[in-house]
Amino acid sequence: MYQFNYKKVETIEEAVNELSANPDSKILAGGMTLIPTMKQRLASPEQLIDIRNIKELNFIKEESNNIIIGSTTNHFTVASSDLIKNKLSSLSRLAEGIGDPHVRNMGTIGGAISNNDPTADYPAACLGLGATIKTNKREISADDFFISLFETALAEDEIVVSISFPIISDSYYMKFPNPASRYAMAGVFMSKNPSEVRVAVTGASENGVFRWTEMESSLLNDWSKSSVEEVKLSPEGIMSDIHGNSEYRANLANIMAIRAFECINE
Amino acid sequence: MSLVELEINGKKISQDVEERQLLVHFIRDDLNLTGTHVGCDTSQCGACVIHVDGKAVKSCSMLAVQANDTKITTIEGLADGESLHPVQEAFRENHGLQCGFCTPGMIMAAVDIINRNSILDEKTVREELEGNLCRCTGYQNIVKSILAASEKM
Repeated sequence: MYQFNYKKVETIEEAVNELSANPDSKILAGGMTLIPTMKQRLASPEQLIDIRNIKELNFIKEESNNIIIGSTTNHFTVASSDLIKNKLSSLSRLAEGIGDPHVRNMGTIGGAISNNDPTADYPAACLGLGATIKTNKREISADDFFISLFETALAEDEIVVSISFPIISDSYYMKFPNPASRYAMAGVFMSKNPSEVRVAVTGASENGVFRWTEMESSLLNDWSKSSVEEVKLSPEGIMSDIHGNSEYRANLANIMAIRAFECINE
Repeated sequence: MSLVELEINGKKISQDVEERQLLVHFIRDDLNLTGTHVGCDTSQCGACVIHVDGKAVKSCSMLAVQANDTKITTIEGLADGESLHPVQEAFRENHGLQCGFCTPGMIMAAVDIINRNSILDEKTVREELEGNLCRCTGYQNIVKSILAASEKM
């Protein structure tokens, strides 16, 4: 790992000031992606701004039919929250399936979405539920937040404060985890409310998480298993690597969609 | 350098560390507590699992500076003098190890699993061991050890 400066901050304002003053800084929360990346020398920030001590970023609450989660809340806390289990179990289940227990004790929801790893789970929940991401500057809809591989709408001096998920009980996340890393090789988050069906796919596309609009319209038109089965994801633009080629991954996405649909209907 | 003040296995430590030093290296190289192992060094194997403020974490994926102002327990902190911790005892009784390299991490993970689950079954133990790899045992006796220990704790 290359040398860097380390700064622990106690408030959002302090973190933003540090970010603005040092453009080569990186925000450190759980560090479950950032530290391994720095160990491999794939990232070499001049300064780390540790935000784990900012108390106002660590919370879970319910407000006007939304579950709002502060950005430094770790995966274990989300997975074990009774409020989320009762109101939005699809999200508890997703959090419970990230990495392993030790990783879940450190990794945070804000880090997971700010990094926008193409195989991460939370971006699928954000798109699949139509979440809103609140930063120190503004509110961004999930549809506008995830731009491309490891790229989001966040400006250089912008930090995620919280994520607001609409409570949609007819929702489910199904992923096929890589047997070694538990990252999604294909993960489908599906939700249905009277006016809208959302289907988000992670782990598959070369451009990161995306909304599977063809599947959404097919299901909005007719909420049935045959509607899911007749839509096939095109292998074009789907990742191909040692773990699986694009045809395999596209097929996995088809299967995950069918299973998610079946679980919602159970 | 940054000053790190923490408590490890009940002992207070105050020491300057390089910002880029990993917690596992601080524990092994600076504090000479070599029970915590470095296996894969890529957050997969769990040989480096310790407890920070009561939570099981992988010390190869955490900086020493992040542990400032925390309470840490490593494998050396479990036994009470000559009496083994119930999980250590169960691993000994049930032959829960062969080469022993993964064992410190397995035991620290096991203590955390038992603390969080009042009732344990084999399926839960196997799921909870997601982050700990053993290349010798096939997990059979590790799972047996954890289940045996959970009944005594």
